[in-house]
Amino acid sequence: MRLKKFGKRHRRYIPLYLMMLPGLVYLIINNYIPMAGLIIAFKQVNFRKGILASPWAGLSNFEYLFSSDEAFIITRNTILYNLAFIVLGTIMAVFIAILLNEIRGKLSKKIYQTVILVPYLISMVIVSYLVNALLATETGFVNHTIVGALGGEPISWYSEPKYWPFILILVNLWKNFGYHSIIFYATVVGLDSGLYEAAAIDGANRWQRIYHVTLPGLRSTIITLSLMSIGKIFYSDFGLFYQVPMNSGPLFDVTNTIDTYVYRGLMQSNNIGMSAAAGFYQSVVGCLVVLLANFTVRKISKDDALF
Amino acid sequence: MVEKSRKTQIIFHFIMIILCIFCLFPFLLLIVSSFTDEHVLIQEGYSIIPRAFSVAAYEYIFANSATIFRAYGTTIGVTVVGTVLNIALTILFAYPLSRRDLPHRNIWSFIVFFTMLFNGGLVPSYIMWTQYFHIRNTYAALIVPSLMMGAFYVIMMRTNLAQNIPEEVLEAARIDGASEWQILFKVVMPMALPIIATLMLLVGMAYWNDWMNGLYYLTQKKYYTIQVLLNNMLQDLQVLLSSSFSANVDMSSMPSTSIKMAIAVVGALPVLCIYPFFQRYFVKGITIGAVKG
Repeated sequence: MRLKKFGKRHRRYIPLYLMMLPGLVYLIINNYIPMAGLIIAFKQVNFRKGILASPWAGLSNFEYLFSSDEAFIITRNTILYNLAFIVLGTIMAVFIAILLNEIRGKLSKKIYQTVILVPYLISMVIVSYLVNALLATETGFVNHTIVGALGGEPISWYSEPKYWPFILILVNLWKNFGYHSIIFYATVVGLDSGLYEAAAIDGANRWQRIYHVTLPGLRSTIITLSLMSIGKIFYSDFGLFYQVPMNSGPLFDVTNTIDTYVYRGLMQSNNIGMSAAAGFYQSVVGCLVVLLANFTVRKISKDDALF
Repeated sequence: MVEKSRKTQIIFHFIMIILCIFCLFPFLLLIVSSFTDEHVLIQEGYSIIPRAFSVAAYEYIFANSATIFRAYGTTIGVTVVGTVLNIALTILFAYPLSRRDLPHRNIWSFIVFFTMLFNGGLVPSYIMWTQYFHIRNTYAALIVPSLMMGAFYVIMMRTNLAQNIPEEVLEAARIDGASEWQILFKVVMPMALPIIATLMLLVGMAYWNDWMNGLYYLTQKKYYTIQVLLNNMLQDLQVLLSSSFSANVDMSSMPSTSIKMAIAVVGALPVLCIYPFFQRYFVKGITIGAVKG
């Protein structure tokens, strides 16, 4: 009797379940099976035996990984670059959003909005070409035109690690500042115009308006976006760190991140164990960071938490 | 006061114009270089000042167009098929989730949401796709892994449907005797067209720009998309870079300096050309994406 009732209640929803089926199958294959596949980090992978039948390796993969300097370097690089991107990117984007909001002239505003989003639309491969056009030792614009004009010696950019933290931060800002500016700008535009009018009646000048109305209005979006970025602090843009420095060996000390390390271990040095260990470390700590960041924001201001 | 405000306006515009130049400068360098004579490029480097105009690079591309046109065709095919599949899977999953009466709605939502919190990463995915699904060197490699449906888009679509389609509309359709499938196709999808169009643009761009699937899963040239081709040409340069001490690098197989720039132009052009016309939708996609679901 109860079963029949259950069937009746669910029969109505069978079409809905059928709709969800393909997506569910895809998520299971593309996302959930690889999660289970994280056990590879504890295995001595042997493809002839298959993953499950491969012998266990205990923690030896992790011991190898953490006994080398690499673990420290890739963690340091991943986190520090991300922090730089978050802080500088947010400051720049908020600044531009406010600027866009203060500018009069509909057409110029629209043109600026359109142009600053252009770098965001192209792939990292093309960005690598652009950077190469600037930095190539023999034919690059910087060596030829700028360094030449200053009377300096040409710099071999792709083998000098000391410049790359700046280059990578600059490239990242160049590519992404428009995207973040547009998000902040949309928030500013959505602010209650009554607040501005009230501020004007109270005799607030432009800067007071920005400080007392615009910035507080942006607070929630700043927190949400920063939270999303902090949640990804253990992940890096593979293209930026692999493709833009053109996989150049002398730069590894400042360009190697967890993602490039995992890729090189898997595809180039064929060190699946260590690569899997680094991937496991990234997945688990990355997830903890998301939960922790969200928990912290929840404590401070509940409405701004993501979940 | 007015005078002062005018001055600030000029400063603001000045800053924005500098930023716009900062954004566009590398593209200008790319385009001008692609139209510059090869010898001049080698002697004087890339420059934004047009000198020694030449279309030789583009002539070469068209003369040897087989590879590039093939890659272009593959890119278009992959983008179209991938985008359609992605949107189909996304809306099929998002619509039931948007229904408040769906049994165990929270569990289904969590299954989607959890994939954003935690993932297996590259190594297990790579091994699964290559060892168990034998995806290496197939067109499926360019379409199926990681891009075919994303939790983020599902949640975005679900929220959008839940907000924009009133319950009464669905109820009315049900009273008229429409089945769930008819409701989806005839009621929900037409009403959701703006969000579908926006998502299509974002997903289409992701497929057009994707080179990572190609990097992971392709070794045969015939499957290359334009981005993968570009990427491989950059790799050629890498080979030259790391072996600059040995003189026996085959220079004739190297695409020369201007051709490289020309192909990069060809790869970037479609996105840059359609972008101004769809700018509004891009901005919309970006801004709704940032609002939490």
